[in-house]
Amino acid sequence: MIKAIDKQRYILDFTLSSLWRRKGKNLALVLVYTLVVFILGSVMFFTQALKNEAAVVLRGSPEIIVQKIVAGRHDLIPVSYGSRIGKIRGVNAVKARFWGYYYDPVAKANYTLMVPEDLPLKDQEIVVGAGISRVRRVFRGNSIVFRTYDGKPATFFLKGILSPESELLSSDLILISAPGFASLFGIPPDRATDLTVQVANKKEIPTIAAKIVDALPDTRAITREEILRTYDAVFDWRGGIMIAILAGAVLAFLIFAWDKAAGLSAEEKREIGILKAIGWETADVLQMKFWEGLVISLSSFFLGIILAYFHIFYASATLFEPVLKGWSVLYPHFNLTPFISGYQIAILFFITVIPYTVATIIPSWRAATIDPDAVMRT
Amino acid sequence: MRKSDGFLLFIGASLVLLAFILIQAGYVAQGDFALLRQKAQVVKNLGLTDLCLSTEARYTRHPSQADGHTARQSHPLALDHFPSGSIIGPPEILQKLHD
Repeated sequence: MIKAIDKQRYILDFTLSSLWRRKGKNLALVLVYTLVVFILGSVMFFTQALKNEAAVVLRGSPEIIVQKIVAGRHDLIPVSYGSRIGKIRGVNAVKARFWGYYYDPVAKANYTLMVPEDLPLKDQEIVVGAGISRVRRVFRGNSIVFRTYDGKPATFFLKGILSPESELLSSDLILISAPGFASLFGIPPDRATDLTVQVANKKEIPTIAAKIVDALPDTRAITREEILRTYDAVFDWRGGIMIAILAGAVLAFLIFAWDKAAGLSAEEKREIGILKAIGWETADVLQMKFWEGLVISLSSFFLGIILAYFHIFYASATLFEPVLKGWSVLYPHFNLTPFISGYQIAILFFITVIPYTVATIIPSWRAATIDPDAVMRT
Repeated sequence: MRKSDGFLLFIGASLVLLAFILIQAGYVAQGDFALLRQKAQVVKNLGLTDLCLSTEARYTRHPSQADGHTARQSHPLALDHFPSGSIIGPPEILQKLHD
């Protein structure tokens, strides 16, 4: 047993020396390989963390939201629809929700305005998200001027700033009083943005949602499960930019594998020929090539995955920021909770390390089984 | 030191670091749970529906509330206008509608 281990260590010594002789090529290979693992790992950690965060946090979102649809677009809903929905058996409460968007030409940013239910605010008082405070450089006690729907300036005073810990939810949020909201947007008093429905028995949510749409055909009911599933689907590996990144990584691996499977370089073939001529057996050559693949893929895997972890959870996913930010000025500063598991790491290991290691062995086996004399003469 | 020892040391150290990361991540996630519950309470109190990941377009700010059939917005095969649309795809409810 000890003899076998010693033999493997000698082979590994030789492999490392052999790799170091072609250090330029091999270091470049490790760099590119690390980058591929880093990107794949970053996407995996980022999407998983966001999915889990959404699943935990959005459990508190309304059970059913009823939107009015006019010509395929979300429209203001008559508050009177609430009483009709309230008559459906199993409905506990129906509340009107007032929210909307405001484009601030000063900061060139979009804000989400919302009338909170439980937070008492005077007509001209607002509470803003940490992102707005940062972008507009406004703090508690400062005033902020918005332009109303009819072009008049309206001054609001900052009663407070929402906690920076909740930026992922409230970075662009402005909490405003109902009269303030109405004066800013000129919304008729009998209209709301949408209605939220509270249901007595959670199991009846889909049935009640269907009954609402049946009773009010010009509405759309969005259930909490659908909200949660949205985030599951949005950050699924099969959708959006995830598939583009995965496709890029898969192509990179195809190039690796193609390069390896297409055959060894003349220098590598000569090396195998010499090794066989001085007494190495085919099995020894294959073991050497196996170690070669493993040294490169394992080193890249560990470097890539550790860098990915720090990128997502300690550098706030900086590389993904430009994509998420797009053209928006206001972007939340957030730290994700590290929801990672051994399962994710195992998946990453099997899609990165195994294919490369296998791809290095096949051409070596072909070269190792031919006559050393013929190999050295080519 | 033999080259093989150096390599095995590197792999061993990486394994230990990875194990440490997994354990530390578990602890941080456990510690963050109270904060996440607090955030869920904020969501409940304010009646929020979405994460604030991108503020450039309505359908990426509130993916779960997006319109159903608007051009350049939320349609699975519609031309996308905003860069964040490439990362935040259409919600499942709309994908079902177009199946």
